[in-house]
Amino acid sequence: MDNENKCAYLLDYLSDYVDGSLNESLCEEIERHIVECEDCRIFVDTLKKTIYLYHTKEKGSATVPNDVRKRLYKRLKLEEFLNDSSESKGNM
Amino acid sequence: MTDDKVSENTFDIEALRAGEKGEFTRLVEAYSGSIYRLALKMLQDSQDAEDVLQETFIKVLNKISTFRGASNISTWIYRIATNEALMLLRRRKLPIYSADESFQIQDNDEQPKELEDWCCLPEKELMNSESRAYLDESIKALPYSLRIVFLLRDIEGFSTRQTAEILDITETAVKTRLSRGRMRLRELLSVYYGKQLKKLD
Repeated sequence: MDNENKCAYLLDYLSDYVDGSLNESLCEEIERHIVECEDCRIFVDTLKKTIYLYHTKEKGSATVPNDVRKRLYKRLKLEEFLNDSSESKGNM
Repeated sequence: MTDDKVSENTFDIEALRAGEKGEFTRLVEAYSGSIYRLALKMLQDSQDAEDVLQETFIKVLNKISTFRGASNISTWIYRIATNEALMLLRRRKLPIYSADESFQIQDNDEQPKELEDWCCLPEKELMNSESRAYLDESIKALPYSLRIVFLLRDIEGFSTRQTAEILDITETAVKTRLSRGRMRLRELLSVYYGKQLKKLD
């Protein structure tokens, strides 16, 4: 397989590769390839960084604004459990 | 949220079925934040997101007696929430792509084009308020089928198996859509950060 075909062939596996869910032999193939192929090395690095940036940006952003939370509790008839002091934060 | 983290959220299903409000409130507290975030990112409208949030928990309340416990309660709730969000999108008949032309990507546009190495940009460039807004805009450019998978896997942290269960699709379909979504986002981010890189030169 020439280098260009190799890049196209490996492209389908790169998302699984960055997740660490790819089988060992394909991982090794990718790792060997990105040592030699600058474009694919950049692709893998920027793909990882893309996922990292979204993950970092959204960390701790699972909150419900107070007014939205109040209306939700009212709709669910849970007003007695409503604590106004803080915004709702999911534990994940 | 990893698999382990999901299983940390244990609820007394019998109490929920019996209509115990305290336990139901615990459930609402645990999931409302992430459901609201998911809905907001899917629908891009705070009123729509609030509707999805309310309808999800109304349905959870009404259907808890049918929850068999075969799946994790979080995947069950997210399944209800994603169905609500997708139904609302269909009703609204919103355009699949962002209205902003600069974000439009063709369906067959799978090959990487932007190969700037912007990883070395300093964190303050990568995460300033303009960059954060661009990250949000880029999500809007994803078709819904890719967007929902990206949000569940990379934002909410569900596993491939859980995401497949939530969306009632195969694990292979989850992996394919996630790969396509991530690659499109990488492409868009590379255009943007590539420009930032040139400015710094």
